[in-house]
Amino acid sequence: MAYSEKVIDHYSNPKNVGTLDKAKVNVGTGLVGAPECGDVMRLQIEVDEASGMISDAKFKTFGCGSAIASSSLATEWLKGKTVDQALSIDNMDIVEELNLPPVKIHCSVLAEDAIKAAINDYRVKNGLPELVAEKKHH
Amino acid sequence: MTMKLPIYLDNNATTPLDPRVLEAMMPYLTENFGNAASRNHSFGWAAEEAVDYAREQIAKLIGATPKEIIFTSGATEADNLAIKGVYEMYASKGNHIITCTTEHKAVLDTCKHVEKMGGQVTYLDVEADGLVDLTKLEAAITDKTILIAIMYGNNEIGVIQPIREISKIARKHGVLFFTDGTQAVGKIPVDVNADGIDLMSFSGHKMYGPKGVGALYVRRKNPRVKVTSQIDGGGHERGMRSGTLNVPGIVGLGKACELCMNEMEEEGKRLSAMRDRLENALMELEEAYVNGNREHRLPHTANISFKHVEGEGLMMGFNKNIALSSGSACTSASLEPSYVLKALGLGDDLAHSSLRFGLGRFTTDDQIDYTVNAIKETVLKLREMSPLWEMYKEGIDLNSIEWAHH
Repeated sequence: MAYSEKVIDHYSNPKNVGTLDKAKVNVGTGLVGAPECGDVMRLQIEVDEASGMISDAKFKTFGCGSAIASSSLATEWLKGKTVDQALSIDNMDIVEELNLPPVKIHCSVLAEDAIKAAINDYRVKNGLPELVAEKKHH
Repeated sequence: MTMKLPIYLDNNATTPLDPRVLEAMMPYLTENFGNAASRNHSFGWAAEEAVDYAREQIAKLIGATPKEIIFTSGATEADNLAIKGVYEMYASKGNHIITCTTEHKAVLDTCKHVEKMGGQVTYLDVEADGLVDLTKLEAAITDKTILIAIMYGNNEIGVIQPIREISKIARKHGVLFFTDGTQAVGKIPVDVNADGIDLMSFSGHKMYGPKGVGALYVRRKNPRVKVTSQIDGGGHERGMRSGTLNVPGIVGLGKACELCMNEMEEEGKRLSAMRDRLENALMELEEAYVNGNREHRLPHTANISFKHVEGEGLMMGFNKNIALSSGSACTSASLEPSYVLKALGLGDDLAHSSLRFGLGRFTTDDQIDYTVNAIKETVLKLREMSPLWEMYKEGIDLNSIEWAHH
């Protein structure tokens, strides 16, 4: 199976690889997936408290090229969005943008889960109730 | 230095056709097109003669006699013929077969089929190094056991089973011994008599011969072994496998066997030296593990796990330039890592992190150097990107984390 140009580009030049200080109140961390499933994503957002905007986003991913590309793309999309806007990122947007084949859709689902998990972590840290996401079929 | 890319290091999947084999085949794809079963004209005679000669070349490589070679379409068909053929032929003696969990799917799925037909199959677990435990093997034998099916050399990890010891146990209990020799024949010395093998499958395209041709060795003396035909028709191959013989393929298989026989000793040394060099260089990386027994191993195979990077992602770093295989099957619907690696007791994380190297006749030292550099670079890059690597470096026990399984 050949990878799309965009997946190859994100894999070769991943955007926003790294680690934010998870101890900070304005940093939300989402860790999803499992080593035995072959993919683990950690996605972090840093929220500018004055504007409510996501000022920085970082990821680290253990997984195939599509998983790496999905999380790299997610961090790009997160930056500059408000937390509420970020919640509207749908895995199918990622599938479309990266031209993921059906066998790789789970990578995009994982990225969406990682975004939601990071946002929830941020919300809980800031005294907001956890959002219960509708469960997508993996 | 310019190198021709891509580099092919997946010789356990298939090997390129040796030009000398193609040359031997050409006349039988062109002017000598006769049917080897045509007894009444020169076209048939030429074909038959070529098949007889190939049969001798093949028999010689494995220490058999020409009449003991049954041509098939490949090793998968030969595996089917051996297992189903013995099961049906020896139904009056029993219905129990012993095999092991690291066999090729062509053996495992055939055994499953036999179970559906009413047979009993024991799937022996292997030890952590991939070898079958002989005590457990012997203990699994019952008075209904008719066949032991244990492969010679494993396709994923290259581990060579203790064939002679297994055959001794089989003999002692009057049980037939079948071995899938696909990865071993032509690569290491195999002798059906010294090894005590009753049936053995092998294939042309794993030893620089053509695809679509293989053979089943069926012992004719001490004991005389018979298998029930699985393909009915004109009664070719002493009634065990009907169908017009694939003359060019058979000629190619014969030539491939001859070349392997002549070059095996030197080639085996060359390959194992190159493989060891590759392996030692890659083992300089932290948290790299060789899978399977390193001593009892085919000379051209290495299987290495690079902890905390995922195999498919790893391959993407260089698969434009290097062709090899990963134990991780993230592209398949199942997302299951290699069952062979899991049978060794590897955790799914290590199984997902593995690469299989299959060196071959046309592999060069320069290609090995290039591969080592490319893999090292990619492993380091991906570890910088891996949350698991970061946690490992921070001293976090990954087993202590409650992962969200999906």
